[in-house]
Amino acid sequence: MKRRTLLGSAAALMASSALPAFAQEEKLKVGFIYVGPVGDGGWTYQHDLARQAIEKEYGDRIETTYIESVPEGADAERALTQLALAGNKLIFATSFGFMDAVINVAKKFPDVKFEHATGYKRAENVATYDARFYEGRAVLGTIAGRMTKSNKIGYIGSFPIPEVIQGINSAYIHAKKVNPDVEMKVVWAYTWFDPAKEADAAAALIAEGVDVFMQHTDSTAPLAKAQEAGAFGFGQASDMTNFAPKPRVASIIDNWSPYYIKRVGEALDGTWKSHGVWLGIGDGEVVIGDITEAVPPEVKEEALALRDKIASGEYHPFTGPLNKQDGSAWLAEGQTASDEELASLNFYVEGITAPMPK
Amino acid sequence: MMIDPLSVFILLLGAATPILFAALGELVVERAGVLNLGVEGMMITGALAGFAAAHASDSPALGFVAAAIAGMAVSMTFAALTQFLLSNQVATGLALTLFGLGLTALFGKPYEGVKAPAIMPGPLGLNWMIWLGMALVPLIWWFLTRTRPGLILRAVGENHDAAHALGYPVRLVRILAIGFGGALAGMGGAYISIATVLQWTEGMTAGAGWIALAIVVFAQWNPWGVLAGAWLFGGVTVLQLRLQAAGVAVPVQLLSMAPYLATIIVLVLISARQKFGRSGAGAAPASLGRPFYALK
Repeated sequence: MKRRTLLGSAAALMASSALPAFAQEEKLKVGFIYVGPVGDGGWTYQHDLARQAIEKEYGDRIETTYIESVPEGADAERALTQLALAGNKLIFATSFGFMDAVINVAKKFPDVKFEHATGYKRAENVATYDARFYEGRAVLGTIAGRMTKSNKIGYIGSFPIPEVIQGINSAYIHAKKVNPDVEMKVVWAYTWFDPAKEADAAAALIAEGVDVFMQHTDSTAPLAKAQEAGAFGFGQASDMTNFAPKPRVASIIDNWSPYYIKRVGEALDGTWKSHGVWLGIGDGEVVIGDITEAVPPEVKEEALALRDKIASGEYHPFTGPLNKQDGSAWLAEGQTASDEELASLNFYVEGITAPMPK
Repeated sequence: MMIDPLSVFILLLGAATPILFAALGELVVERAGVLNLGVEGMMITGALAGFAAAHASDSPALGFVAAAIAGMAVSMTFAALTQFLLSNQVATGLALTLFGLGLTALFGKPYEGVKAPAIMPGPLGLNWMIWLGMALVPLIWWFLTRTRPGLILRAVGENHDAAHALGYPVRLVRILAIGFGGALAGMGGAYISIATVLQWTEGMTAGAGWIALAIVVFAQWNPWGVLAGAWLFGGVTVLQLRLQAAGVAVPVQLLSMAPYLATIIVLVLISARQKFGRSGAGAAPASLGRPFYALK
């Protein structure tokens, strides 16, 4: 996608050339690279809300810049370098695929602090942060299992990485718990943001008889498709209330603001340290959006009870007994999955018949 | 795993329609000897203008008309730059794409999250735009190969100096072709926002314009080939998603690669044919991308 490259570098160049004229003393410059446009209404939109939240919180003490629609891969390295050269001292890279680019650029700029979302590679100046989306998926899975009439629920995946696989497993486990006959269909779109492709993926699921589906891609296109077909879906990353009360019956919201505010504060007062955190419903980072009246009250109650149990730490969505897809044992009765195991999860649980892409 | 082939074909027609429109438009432009790489920019402009008009008027048909006008309007900037100011066509086309993406991102803000009116269904459960797209294929073929204006257009594309010497208005023919290409690209883009995705999202064409450009080459500048190419690209997308939904393990990366691979193979075949002295059929229009200038 050449055009995005050009756009990105143009933006970065402008940012860097505008600098010297306005340079004031010790304003912390905070940079962001986004994988999609801020107008995606989902993932990137939520990160940009958090960016606006830190601007509001710290006002004149900071200055933020962002580059949107940066492709994952080599081009991310260029965008990150541009931000670092432009004087940003704290840089948020908000997609899994930026991981290696962040590590490479961080080596070249030891005095710049990096925050990488959903990755697992860390360094002295690279922290990672992630959200326990699978906690939210458990709640959505419960609703999906109760709402389906065809007993076929669907999942639009982006890339087969642990974060997405956790979500599919968690949704399936909890749908199955409330509806033993439920079947899960999975379609991988191999993109985070391509509305037409996401809509086609939703259409393929609907054609297979799926009547409730979840998505782990960033646009609202699948919901529009669900609406057309009379199926149900969920808001992803963002609340997507435009589609409430139907087809969007609930949503999983990523709330990055508290974390961003905290980390920028630490960078300002010099206490910033590299770390890897994984925050969930209990920390307010994963939020379940309003469950609409399209969901029967008892199902809503059940879903909210599960949410509260997860938030309090009383219940872990991956609690044994659970087998792997091939039937071999994974978690024994009462045993819960460790964070390390989840962070490298590369298999489905027993009962999902869809093949795992190689 | 049984998949109903008919339902795959219906989804395929929908997935192929936006690229079919854009590629047919670009085909006419290139047959007139102009290389307009701004297809993506014209498509996204059409996607927004069409969506906005459909939303405001509650009529998808009006949306497509607006998209055609908007696509044509943007293409006229390209025409002015390349035909009168003789700017480089490749650079101008790329600029048009960037311009379209930026402009729509700016003006599209109020339309985010807004819903579109339902598209008009046509015969056999396929909407009218799918039918129109397929009807355009024989029409354009007939125009290019069986009519005098079509012959003039091809003459301009093959050798603009000779066409000029014969008294044909090279510049006018090219401007008309560019405008036609812009209108079709705009309608193709609007199909994505009005019929496929049913809403406006920034950057929503996501590279469809580039696929359309590849298809024109794949088709060897022949309208029927464009139809085959659009179905191939659309079919691969739809089929791999359907197979996945049906629980079949599919090599997605390989399948996604296939149409591009086919394009490269066609390019190799074309140049091989030229090398062995059998040029003509299947080769690019001889004046493609070359600027034309005459004092009077």
